[in-house]
Amino acid sequence: MKHHASDAHTLAAAYALGALEDGERKEFDAHLRTCEACRHEAAEFEATAARLAAAVAQPPPAAVKPQVMAAIDGVRQLPPRIPTVPSAAALGGMLRRRAVPLALAASVVAAALGGVTVWQAQNGQDLRQEARQAQRQLDAVSTVLAAPDARTVHGRAANGAVTTVVASRRQNQAVFTAGLLPTPGAGKTYQLWLDHKGTMRPAGFIDHDGTVLLTGAPADADAVGLTLEPAGGSPQPTTAPLILMTLPA
Amino acid sequence: MDATPPDGHPRPPLRLPPTGARPVNQPLPFNPHPTPIPGDLTDAMKKVAHGDKQAFSALYDALAPMVFGIVIKVVRDRSQSEEVAQEVMIDLWRQAARYRPDAGSVTTWAATIAHRRAVDRVRSAQAAADREQAQAAREHTTAFDEVSEQVETRLDSEQVRRCMRGLTELQRQAVTLAYYSGLTYREVAQTLRTPLPTIKTRMRDGLIRLRDCMGVTT
Repeated sequence: MKHHASDAHTLAAAYALGALEDGERKEFDAHLRTCEACRHEAAEFEATAARLAAAVAQPPPAAVKPQVMAAIDGVRQLPPRIPTVPSAAALGGMLRRRAVPLALAASVVAAALGGVTVWQAQNGQDLRQEARQAQRQLDAVSTVLAAPDARTVHGRAANGAVTTVVASRRQNQAVFTAGLLPTPGAGKTYQLWLDHKGTMRPAGFIDHDGTVLLTGAPADADAVGLTLEPAGGSPQPTTAPLILMTLPA
Repeated sequence: MDATPPDGHPRPPLRLPPTGARPVNQPLPFNPHPTPIPGDLTDAMKKVAHGDKQAFSALYDALAPMVFGIVIKVVRDRSQSEEVAQEVMIDLWRQAARYRPDAGSVTTWAATIAHRRAVDRVRSAQAAADREQAQAAREHTTAFDEVSEQVETRLDSEQVRRCMRGLTELQRQAVTLAYYSGLTYREVAQTLRTPLPTIKTRMRDGLIRLRDCMGVTT
């Protein structure tokens, strides 16, 4: 069922009271993203509804707390949500708060902003798809950055590129960032590798300054390597590594 | 031993309450703000977002009664309510980094999550159990009677009780059937045999009246 904009005001109350059906709730959530006045009203109504909740407060059985405290040990916390088109300031702030190296923050922002200029040149459909992809990429990257066990390694590659790896063993994920990366040249690409006890396994590609999520299983890897390979990549490295960054235990 | 106080006015006779009753001059265990100062909760939330379990323990103590209260109000079944309340508290831990202070207080955020989970639970149970209109209508009638009775007797907040009395009968029913019984506005309309647009409007002007009466701002 479709709602016209004029319905929105009457729906804010039903929304805050949890009285919308699933589909309507999602529609209204989408509407809230575009209507600041509605957001404000819905927030006030939700605060009012919260008073109704507080008015029926009653302590849960004492046994619940230890169960919850034990349960959260095994529950991974979600990273903060990132705005669909992140502003450089907000994203930079978020990354700094998480004590991520500035170089990495800068390159993620650069990647996001680079994406924005590309979107502007395209039609709406592509734009939305690009935005979704960028969002997924940012979500994936920020999940690693926010991991409680995230470890960071910096390096400088033989070709002058500044590189950083952030890895979370618990999430079995790692992020690779490069800055000052020379263009690979025609018919070439930079390929990433995970070093598993001397065996190099392909872990993705990077062709320009930016951030990529490594493929494969970083949790078992000893190091991350970077080589220059023929376009399309190789099953095994065919050149000497430009850098091999040892992952902290 | 009733000596006259220095100001010369005789004291009212001291009466001991009957055994077991609450002394009349003690404040009732009513607290309009059962949670600590919001600023504290926002700080605690920030720590929780960084994985601080001690801060989460404090957050639990502050929020669990409200969470359990609204969940059991909607879900009714006690063991199911414990389950849902647990899920909610774990969800607060999981989503801590997604809490945004500019979008509302921690209490409001937690209440919204708790109410949504409770409603999801009853609606999925309802969908699974019986989709027949007649059955649904009977259930709603029961729910309505029980809710009306509970709203009269079980509101712990004097302010909410007072503000609730300031609503028209239809406003009060629309708000409480939705929030405390977990009905959709369509179900509310059916239960109260009132047209849908009227129910939407009553929910809205009812909430506005409650908001203003409670002095809610964001």
